[in-house]
Amino acid sequence: MKQRLEREVIGMRAAKELQPGDCVNLGFGLPTICALYVPEGVRFQTEAGLLGYGRLVMADEVEKADWHYIDASGRFCTPGEGMAIFDVVTSFIMIRSGRLISVMGGFQVSEKGDLANWNTGGDALGGTIGGAMDLAVGGKRVIITMDHNTKDGGYRIVKECTYPLTASKCVDLIVTDLAVIEVTPEGLMLKEVAPGWTAEEVQELTEPQLIIAPDLKEIEL
Amino acid sequence: MLNKIFDSFDEAVADIPDGAVIAVECWGYPATAHNLIAALKRKGTKDLTVITHTFIPQVFSEDLAALPSLLLPQMKKLISPIVGIMRLGAGGFLREYVEKGMEVEVMGHGTLAARLYAGAAGLGGIYDPVGVGTIVEEGKEKRVINGKEYIFQEPLKPDYAFLSGRQADKLGNLTYRGNYRSDQPMMAMAAKTAIVEVEKIVEVGEIDPEHVVTPGIFIDRIVEIPGDGLGTPEKGAALIQQLTQLESVRDLLFGKTK
Repeated sequence: MKQRLEREVIGMRAAKELQPGDCVNLGFGLPTICALYVPEGVRFQTEAGLLGYGRLVMADEVEKADWHYIDASGRFCTPGEGMAIFDVVTSFIMIRSGRLISVMGGFQVSEKGDLANWNTGGDALGGTIGGAMDLAVGGKRVIITMDHNTKDGGYRIVKECTYPLTASKCVDLIVTDLAVIEVTPEGLMLKEVAPGWTAEEVQELTEPQLIIAPDLKEIEL
Repeated sequence: MLNKIFDSFDEAVADIPDGAVIAVECWGYPATAHNLIAALKRKGTKDLTVITHTFIPQVFSEDLAALPSLLLPQMKKLISPIVGIMRLGAGGFLREYVEKGMEVEVMGHGTLAARLYAGAAGLGGIYDPVGVGTIVEEGKEKRVINGKEYIFQEPLKPDYAFLSGRQADKLGNLTYRGNYRSDQPMMAMAAKTAIVEVEKIVEVGEIDPEHVVTPGIFIDRIVEIPGDGLGTPEKGAALIQQLTQLESVRDLLFGKTK
């Protein structure tokens, strides 16, 4: 059984997309691993109304923490230097204004860059929207970190999303445990593969036809 | 000068009628108007519509917290961008209420914020590009403006807002705690009657004008949280200690090292 990348490595590879000075919103789950690996000078925004917050509070230091700083998942943050606190309207103007890079998880991404990442159950009670729709539509760049396949080896990179949509045609880059894929007007372009994997092997695990980048290379950190 | 101060939470909610629309913030476990929610639960007012941001099950004893979901048996409608916790079955805990007739309306959080703004500003509605092509557009009018599709969303105009703040002066000028602020300023302005529970009521002049987040003109009723009330620093600390012990949520809520 070939080795796929660990979640930690997906987070590290996604973090490479960020430059000092970028303001980033990290979604729930896998994307938060990025926070540990971003370069100096990347600032985090949470829809909950903080820009420039610090690392998460650890379970063993809660007595010392100010628990009035929370992120979108209800987690407690430490304050950062130059942090700003603001209300929900300001927050979503920020999110919708194309000023933030959005890194989110995904259940499915389609070959046109449609995203399904809020619901696996089909009706309104099957998931939680939060800020995902706003982030998908409003992001300066939308990077999705996700498993390439389902637990039974099914497709997650698909011709058409079957899970309830978050937004259409919004994804720019997909980072999985097998590949880095760019969404282009011509289709999905395979740019990088996990060490030891070939483009053909990745194609077999992907539903839509991939365009193979002329400079295809292995994922490096 | 109008006296906005109420001596108890029960008095502050005493006139809320059946069928009222209540807006209350909820972020995670600590950030909500615990005492006002508990008072409304005690009162038993029925057919409520609750507008909130996060509607999650109450996993604590009611002497530590009182989340909006405590009002479930009294509700006829929920409007919220988040129903439940994804890992714990999302909105599954609402199914029994939905089967008995409770309505649930979901939307993106930015849409909620914009609809509250529309309600506060007396607008007829908004055209929103977020949610096009998703569950959010079902049953709604759409319009193409300059080649782009938008969903028509009606304003949200709550009857009451339940708020939680740090300090209110006797005019109702309000400061909030950290980023618990979030939806609260918009909820205060959109609601007909805004009720706030604060850690401390101070004299007029004690809050620096530069620090006032919600001007007192939007605040109708103020209640100071007593020492043994919910949402105090002590209760908050105890709540968070419990969160660190809860297997089901601990790794979701606290940081990891590399």
